[in-house]
Amino acid sequence: MEPLLTVEGLTKRYGRRLACDGIGFSLDPGEVLAVVGESGSGKSTLLSLIAGEVAADAGSVSYRMRDGETRDLDALSVVDRRALMRTDWGFVRQDATQGLRMAVSAGGNVGERLMGVGDRHYGRIRATALDWLARVEIAPDRVDDPPTRFSGGMRQRLQIARNLVTAPRLVLMDEPTSGLDVSVQARLLDMIRGLVAELGLAVIIVTHDLAVARLLSHRVLVMRAGRVIETGLTDQVLDDPQAAYTQLLVSSVLAA
Amino acid sequence: MTLHATMPLLVFDNVAKSFTLHLRGGSVLPVIADATLAVHPGECVVLGGASGAGKSSLLKMAYGNYRCAAGAIRVRDRDRIVDLATAAPREILGLRRTTLSYVSQFLRVIPRVSARAVVEAAGREGGLGPEAARIRAGDLLARLNLPERLWALPPATFSGGEQQRVNIARGLIAERPILLMDEPTASLDAQNRAVVVDLIAEKRAAGTAILGIFHDADVREAVATRIVDVAAFRGATAA
Repeated sequence: MEPLLTVEGLTKRYGRRLACDGIGFSLDPGEVLAVVGESGSGKSTLLSLIAGEVAADAGSVSYRMRDGETRDLDALSVVDRRALMRTDWGFVRQDATQGLRMAVSAGGNVGERLMGVGDRHYGRIRATALDWLARVEIAPDRVDDPPTRFSGGMRQRLQIARNLVTAPRLVLMDEPTSGLDVSVQARLLDMIRGLVAELGLAVIIVTHDLAVARLLSHRVLVMRAGRVIETGLTDQVLDDPQAAYTQLLVSSVLAA
Repeated sequence: MTLHATMPLLVFDNVAKSFTLHLRGGSVLPVIADATLAVHPGECVVLGGASGAGKSSLLKMAYGNYRCAAGAIRVRDRDRIVDLATAAPREILGLRRTTLSYVSQFLRVIPRVSARAVVEAAGREGGLGPEAARIRAGDLLARLNLPERLWALPPATFSGGEQQRVNIARGLIAERPILLMDEPTASLDAQNRAVVVDLIAEKRAAGTAILGIFHDADVREAVATRIVDVAAFRGATAA
């Protein structure tokens, strides 16, 4: 099977600091990859590079488009790349205020992505938005409220609905559950897990939480100081870590 | 021709396992050396030996949770042979869907997912349709005497024995040729141990190759077609 996404030699330097140093991996359709590491390991930079929000100093990202053709994303026009991000890709951010339009209603947040793919039928957009809000367990009477009136967990669920409404094949997630209460985290994680399996999504999820990686991902990439230290099957990396740094990460988790 | 005469489904070939403890100055802890063992269809091979001898490590290597330091673990997947020691992560995940089943010592609970859904999901991953998975999940939970009022609840609040029965149902629901069991009966009462013994006999009759750890002597006697002492797998460094 040809991979959905291939990342090769991705490198980004901020001054003298290497944020990402020659990162490479591939992702199959339906595959969930967790990128783990501590703050400053370069994992969020990696996500920004893949999304094209930050320009890489070296390396490439190629993606198998819906027409079956694999394209180097740097070769796409700005318009085409933005269209890809709005339709076939999703990006769930740690800070919901960056992933949502805070002044627009919940329904509008979901509907906007649909309008982005050319839907102009107001009734249908509203119905689809309501359907997606229900799937992420947001009550229909909140459809006209802006996310400023939502709790942290609801905002993250709204982000998920907004991203998944266009049926993307690849979703990037940057610490989607951190900063939430533990019970809220569990609910969100379970929802993500269910939707990812049901929709067959390919996901790259950046997290510092190894339990999140264990629950959601098939494979793990351990990053430190801009480099991939260790990679492999998630439970193999977590149960039998080889690198000194991974052993430290795994042994530093408090068992509940 | 008996089933035992056919080719093995799972082969350990001179397998070694050691842990390098980087947080302990890089000291190396040898666990297994020169482990050679084959499991045929219809066999239930029980691993014996003292605690710490490496029994669980062997099972975890056979499921791809632990890496091999040396040797090969060959799994027959329909008409091909895959070496787990060198297989790519995606290949191992593929084998878990089609070929390898693993009943761990403890159920890893997922928040908010009901007992029945946990078992059903395992059935669907193993290729059952939604309806077949639903029916078989109910059948197994009923056979394992899990009260029906618990089926709709997440197992997080269940007792150890109840969680373990969910875990067993989850491991047995799909038809996979190789079944790995790590002390599945440890927290069960006599009645439920007997149910597990029956379920294992049925799997054997269906041609499943079973490799397991059973501390309970009665269960071990009832299920084992062969007992392999893991103490023999200590190589030259045997304690």
